[in-house]
Amino acid sequence: MTTASSTTTKSGDKRELDRVTIRFAGDSGDGMQLVGSHFTTTSAVIGNDVQTLPDFPAEIRAPAGSLPGVSAFQISFAAEDIFTPGDRPDVLVAMNPAALKANLSELPRGATIIVNDDEFNKANLKKAAYEENPLDTDALDGFTVHRVPITSMTTRALEDSDLTAQQKARCKNFFALGLMYWLFDRPLDSTLDMINEKFATRATLREANVAVLKAGHAYGETTEMFHETFHVPPAELEPGLYRNITGNAATALGFLAASQQAGTPLFYGSYPITPASDVLHELARFKNFGVKTFQAEDEISAVCATVGAAWGGALALTGTSGPGLALKGEAVGMAVMVELPMVIINVQRGGPSTGLPTKTEQADLLQAIYGRNGESPLCIVAPCTPSDCFTMAIEAFRIAVKHMTPVIYLSDGYLGNGAEPWKIPDVASLPAIKVAYATQPGEGEEFLPYKRDEWLARPWAIPGTEGLEHRIGTLEKQDLTGNVSYDPANHQHMTDLRAAKIERIADDIPPLEAFGGDSGELAVVGWGGTYGALRSAVTRAQRRGAKVSHIHLRHLNPMPKNTGELLSRFDKVLVAELNCGQLRALLRAKFLIDCAGLNKVAGQPFRVSEVEAKIDELCAGEKN
Amino acid sequence: MTPTYTRKDFTSDQDVRWCPGCGDYSILAQIQRVLPDIGKPRHEIAFVSGIGCSSRLPYYMNTYGFHTIHGRAPAIATGLKSVNPNLSVWVVTGDGDGLSIGGNHLLHVMRRNVDLNIILFNNQIYGLTKGQYSPTSEFGKQTKSSPVGNIDHPIRPIGVALAAEASFVARTMDRDTKHLQQTLLAAAAHKGTSFVEVYQNCNIFNDGAFFPLTEKATKADNTVVLEHGKPLIFGKEREKGIRLNGLTPEVVKLSEVDESELLVHDAERADPVLAMLLDRMTHPQFPVPLGVFRRVERPCYEQLMQGQVDRERKRKTPDLAQVFRRGNTWEVTKRS
Ligand code: SF4
Repeated sequence: MTTASSTTTKSGDKRELDRVTIRFAGDSGDGMQLVGSHFTTTSAVIGNDVQTLPDFPAEIRAPAGSLPGVSAFQISFAAEDIFTPGDRPDVLVAMNPAALKANLSELPRGATIIVNDDEFNKANLKKAAYEENPLDTDALDGFTVHRVPITSMTTRALEDSDLTAQQKARCKNFFALGLMYWLFDRPLDSTLDMINEKFATRATLREANVAVLKAGHAYGETTEMFHETFHVPPAELEPGLYRNITGNAATALGFLAASQQAGTPLFYGSYPITPASDVLHELARFKNFGVKTFQAEDEISAVCATVGAAWGGALALTGTSGPGLALKGEAVGMAVMVELPMVIINVQRGGPSTGLPTKTEQADLLQAIYGRNGESPLCIVAPCTPSDCFTMAIEAFRIAVKHMTPVIYLSDGYLGNGAEPWKIPDVASLPAIKVAYATQPGEGEEFLPYKRDEWLARPWAIPGTEGLEHRIGTLEKQDLTGNVSYDPANHQHMTDLRAAKIERIADDIPPLEAFGGDSGELAVVGWGGTYGALRSAVTRAQRRGAKVSHIHLRHLNPMPKNTGELLSRFDKVLVAELNCGQLRALLRAKFLIDCAGLNKVAGQPFRVSEVEAKIDELCAGEKN
Repeated sequence: MTPTYTRKDFTSDQDVRWCPGCGDYSILAQIQRVLPDIGKPRHEIAFVSGIGCSSRLPYYMNTYGFHTIHGRAPAIATGLKSVNPNLSVWVVTGDGDGLSIGGNHLLHVMRRNVDLNIILFNNQIYGLTKGQYSPTSEFGKQTKSSPVGNIDHPIRPIGVALAAEASFVARTMDRDTKHLQQTLLAAAAHKGTSFVEVYQNCNIFNDGAFFPLTEKATKADNTVVLEHGKPLIFGKEREKGIRLNGLTPEVVKLSEVDESELLVHDAERADPVLAMLLDRMTHPQFPVPLGVFRRVERPCYEQLMQGQVDRERKRKTPDLAQVFRRGNTWEVTKRS
């Protein structure tokens, strides 16, 4: 086995590598996500930097053994800081023929394939539409193939167990995990701990899982099948306490933290939708923090209840994915009109319409900016890594309550389900969020619900406050008083004010920075979850001497004040995004800067190599 | 202590802009009349409405008010009440707003039993959009959008509320100011969703839709007032009553049938069967029932929600740092 970055210092039969990418693939009932997360935790605990990418089918239980039923989990672990879960796996663990078939095209030549030999029977081959057993033909030439009878070895390890045959068969994922632990020189401790905790009261299951895990490990050690094992030393990470976190979990924690920092209870209105539901599941566990979660009857109710909660003075949050944002459009426009603070999470997925619910895409940017009737500007932020989901959640509410505006938070399926080590922040160091409700006006003063402060924000006057009784509504309103107004000049004035209020947020966000030089031949511009791929590709190109910089937007509306000026200092601008050119269109329109595009809508994240190739193409002849 | 208010305290400085003669005026006036008696300070009262003629009402109330978007007022009110259970929250909606575009929210707010007072102005027509048939318009009705007759079968608001498990369901009329006031007060007193259908005359697009029920000459023969624990008696001379024949109600004369044989109203029955049966009594075969169809006790949504928060708080001290460290953690130290 080789990896692009392997340092092949041979130390006995243990080879040292910088980075390895493994994909576990099997039937959706085979527990691939579970072993993937165990492998991730173990690798993180021993100090590797890790990045993961789950890939599961949209169907809950597609027919066992079929191609649509294949579920996979990819993990990249390294002795250095890494930004992506790896382009192509070095090792594929295929638990059945369908898993092999569905993933084979992703493997580079020379990759290692470990198959569960027992499952390559006639019936399963047929389900995967294999005419012949690929293990017996030359179909896998050029790969290193290991045929391991995982199912029968698992059953044998459980000969004395009281489990049913079916329960025994279900343990086979742990055999594969044990084998991979041996091959990559990982300790069993943290997985054993987790098994003991999970099955604390169910001794039979606990013993079975432990036995099978150890059997897998021992199998690697005792058979002569593998000539060498591999070691990936710890990475040089910033000191501190770490845990592994998915983007969705970080999103939930970020909003929880925002509520604590604001001293204001969080209200989360949501309707279940893939891939955003995990945020609802997470937040529903934090009732002890005063979090109120409302599972609404539909997307519209979810956002409307959130607007109601915002009016009532809560930190009001709603969450959804693409089609749900379309349904929420009118109510978000209402929040723009009545100028109440709230945050709308959109964990983007493949579209249009129902699209690809479990796959990632960034094609809702223009929907977020323009997807409402009338001139209805609002603020948009986008986290760029799973950990950044935490940071930007707090940022979203900081802006919402200070500037009295709805804020759309654009995550995506890749960020939401992907995981990486998260340096646990010190609670005391979290930014403050200042919430100031309007109070009764002084003697002789009149309360004006649409009088603005220096940021053009109106007062947040919540029902229950004595002396502030007033009406808000979705009809155009007179400046200051908020009374209904059909006056033409007033409508122009209010439209301008709402726009200026959002533009002014640019004075309240950090300037855009370039990774690399502040000027040069090429700026690679991105936003959201493509950060890792772009950063890796730019880093590699820089190492080869290219004068290329990476610029990543986390505030998309308004953009940082120096955006146009910074981009204009580069000869060329490449906008890389998982859509057909939405940010590119915005940048061109806003700054009259010509931009090239790298665009992909395949439901998959960028491969670093794809970005690198595009950089090379644009810098052709200019690099040394 | 709640201050002593008069109707004027609940009147905003905005000019009322309904068509002269519209039934909405009476409903607004009765709401303003009863609010001094519900035991809430003015700043703890909020009106939420959707879109339509009726939904302009919050602008005319000197309380907190929110004129929202079409059909969604129940959802917005749910959010408000969830985060501030102390408020008295009123939802103002119409037959189009509540039963057509907002039907889904109306159903779900009632099954959740959020403590709101929902007033549905039923004029059996779209007024603000100038006269199209609504979900409660009669079959065959000719309107601007149904010049040769409406082919949509109408739905019955009370039946919808009962099917949605509403805990308080009542009907009243714009012209019967006293009954309207009584009904609003009963709705305000009820803990849980109170659903009140108000027959409202749209004198521009559907004038006289309820005249047989509201006009002096015919009212007594065409309506029956429901009173909990009392037999159903009606007529100018209170000479008629309703008797149940199996599951079928029938009109009987008290000169022929003893009062003890009459159907006795039970608004507090656990199941909604009787209330449903009463709702099926329609003009002209039957007198139309007015009053409280159903009033049962059920925990309110916002209380259950707050209850979970309070219980979880007691069970687990909120500790952000601890939540951050959940699961497996590891320490990275500076390597020498
Ligand atoms: S259109 Fe009908 S319901 Fe609307 S204000 Fe005029 S009379 Fe009233």
